[in-house]
Amino acid sequence: MEKRVTFRGIWLPILLVLPQIVITAVFFFYPAGKAIWQSLFIPDPFGLSMQYVGLGNFEYLLTDPYYRGAFATTAIFSGLVTLVSMGCALFLAVLADRLIKGSGTYRTLLIWPYAVAPAVAGVLWLFMFNTRVGVVTWYLGQLGYDWNHVLNPHEAMGLVVIASSWGRVSYNFLFFLAGLQAIPRSVVEAAAIDGARFWTRFRTIVFPLLSPTTFFLLVVNIVYAFFETFGVIHTITSGGPQQATTILVYKVYSDGFVGQDLGSSAAQSVILLILVSILTVIQFRYIERRVHY
Amino acid sequence: MKHALSFVAVSATLASTTSAFAQTEIEFWHAFTGRLGDLVAEQVETFNNSQSDYVVTASHKGNYSETLNAGIAAFRAGEQPEILMVFEIGTGTMMAAKGAIVPVYQLMEDAGADFDPDAFIGSVKGYYTTTDGKMLSMPFNSSTPVLWVNRDALEAAGIDPDVDLTTWQKVGDVLSQLKAAGSTCPLTTAWQSWVHIENLSAYHNVPFATQENGFAGLDTELVINGPVQVQHIQAMGDWAKDGKFIYTGRRNEGGANFRAGECALFTESSAGYAGIKSEAQFAFDVRPLPYWDGTEGAPQNTIIGGASLWVMAGHSPEEYEATAAFLNFLSSPEIQAKWHQDTGYLPITKAAGELTREQGFYDANPGTDIAVIQMTTKEPTPNSKGIRLGSFDQIRTIIDEELEGVWAGDKSAQEALDSAAERGNVLLRRFEQANR
Repeated sequence: MEKRVTFRGIWLPILLVLPQIVITAVFFFYPAGKAIWQSLFIPDPFGLSMQYVGLGNFEYLLTDPYYRGAFATTAIFSGLVTLVSMGCALFLAVLADRLIKGSGTYRTLLIWPYAVAPAVAGVLWLFMFNTRVGVVTWYLGQLGYDWNHVLNPHEAMGLVVIASSWGRVSYNFLFFLAGLQAIPRSVVEAAAIDGARFWTRFRTIVFPLLSPTTFFLLVVNIVYAFFETFGVIHTITSGGPQQATTILVYKVYSDGFVGQDLGSSAAQSVILLILVSILTVIQFRYIERRVHY
Repeated sequence: MKHALSFVAVSATLASTTSAFAQTEIEFWHAFTGRLGDLVAEQVETFNNSQSDYVVTASHKGNYSETLNAGIAAFRAGEQPEILMVFEIGTGTMMAAKGAIVPVYQLMEDAGADFDPDAFIGSVKGYYTTTDGKMLSMPFNSSTPVLWVNRDALEAAGIDPDVDLTTWQKVGDVLSQLKAAGSTCPLTTAWQSWVHIENLSAYHNVPFATQENGFAGLDTELVINGPVQVQHIQAMGDWAKDGKFIYTGRRNEGGANFRAGECALFTESSAGYAGIKSEAQFAFDVRPLPYWDGTEGAPQNTIIGGASLWVMAGHSPEEYEATAAFLNFLSSPEIQAKWHQDTGYLPITKAAGELTREQGFYDANPGTDIAVIQMTTKEPTPNSKGIRLGSFDQIRTIIDEELEGVWAGDKSAQEALDSAAERGNVLLRRFEQANR
């Protein structure tokens, strides 16, 4: 028999969910609504005049080959950031889970990078990979490799991916470790007694049981790569060389705050909103089916 | 004891508020930190101490872009300062915002202040003045690109450090010699669009954009894909391919390499003087920016970079009177001469330049007058007055992107500059539409 708690009046439940609704309204519905409204206009920067252009801003954007190119850049960037940060985190978590001595120290150290702000992380990586004075660049030069991310698009992409993933590894590590520790030892031990080696145990038991965590992290990391990596890109490459690291959210910033083109910037926010909604729906409809809770 | 102290503190606060009450307070938002920030604070303090009617409060609002954005956001919220510092490429944006600003000539007229726009150096004034001679914003910090030379590096490569570097042809020969002698960085640059496209165009008296570089109307189009620009960028691209020109980034990243002694030649703002002087462990020279020999009209004059002060709309007559007094104070010869000598920025008035010469500064610091000479020997033409475009900050980014294509060897100079002009024109049409 299902056990349910029911409220007698209507006011108490409303009161209880009100804070959440107010926060969502103020920080999501209001700005999102405003962005949709603004995307229909070309305003001047100072807000002195506005011209209604209908879907003109969207047409302007979608006919721009550089804007369309930013979709591909964003897809590559987000895919790589998610893959690298989750892959490293899972590897480290599996190792940390097997530790017997000193595991607390390892965990603490691994969590540290999460405390570093993205822009600061960007500066740190930029220092190490500076094309003329960076320490990593120097070692690569000793090995005969000429590192030059200010002109080489692939190296620039690699650098922003590493810098964006680095702090994220800590976050993912925490969740993976918690997920691993929640897997009943008895199941793993039973498999071990049946003769399954580590890799077989991981593939057939651990990874499937970890899937709720993996799924959650997948959603969260893609959203992170889409929206929160702005600081890293801004400090390391400013979207360059050429447009190799100009992802969609960076273009929102540069059109809005460098170009003061608020109409185009608003339209881009709306496109991003739609894109992320579609991605999330796809994830929940198709990938979540393969998740075992 | 504790009570007595807090009583003193409270009465001191009260006293200062009452004394300030009689004074007119105005706000000044700027983009300077570090030494420049200290020098601005010093100017403001000098002004506040020099009279008792007005009080100026200076606030740092981030870098140039951030300061402009802070000003725009504040205006939209009705909280704008009286004076806002805007970098030179934001001039088009500010000028188009007619309801948001008070032109300086108007401010001075209304305040009945004694103000002579002709006291300013022509090429500085021109950048911030309408085609019919009305000054819109007050020039503040202005610099122009020059060629910095590491004399020791030339000598190490067996080149006479006094070698003639007036033309790019001669610079090309020196770069080959440097490369042959094993230099890892014969030439680098800061602000590539500003130096190698904007100033190159003005210096060779060819337009950057139609409609007098945008001064005569918003229906302007980029013409940076002309033969002079293409020839120069192609030469730079060839040098980049041969390792004679080293690209270090879109801003002034190359400064670190020059100051460390790695690079022999460096095209950078004259305002790099303070940094180079304090850090360079080698003998250096300032030379005029090179030009292409054989181009008609070259060398014309170079144009400025830097910022000017805009007066924002929506304040009281008393506040504007205070603003006028402060701006006049800032452009006085003593203040300007000190600023010029401390920073390497240009003296923006003729009187400040003369005062600096009288004080013997140029004799004690050879080369510091190169920038002034480079800007003032010829009267500016419509091609060399300056550039006034909307979305100019983003147009620079486009130029940066396309030039990177040339340096990487992906594009020819003609392809890159054609593409830059085409992409920039799209932004210019957007800006025209937004400000119709």
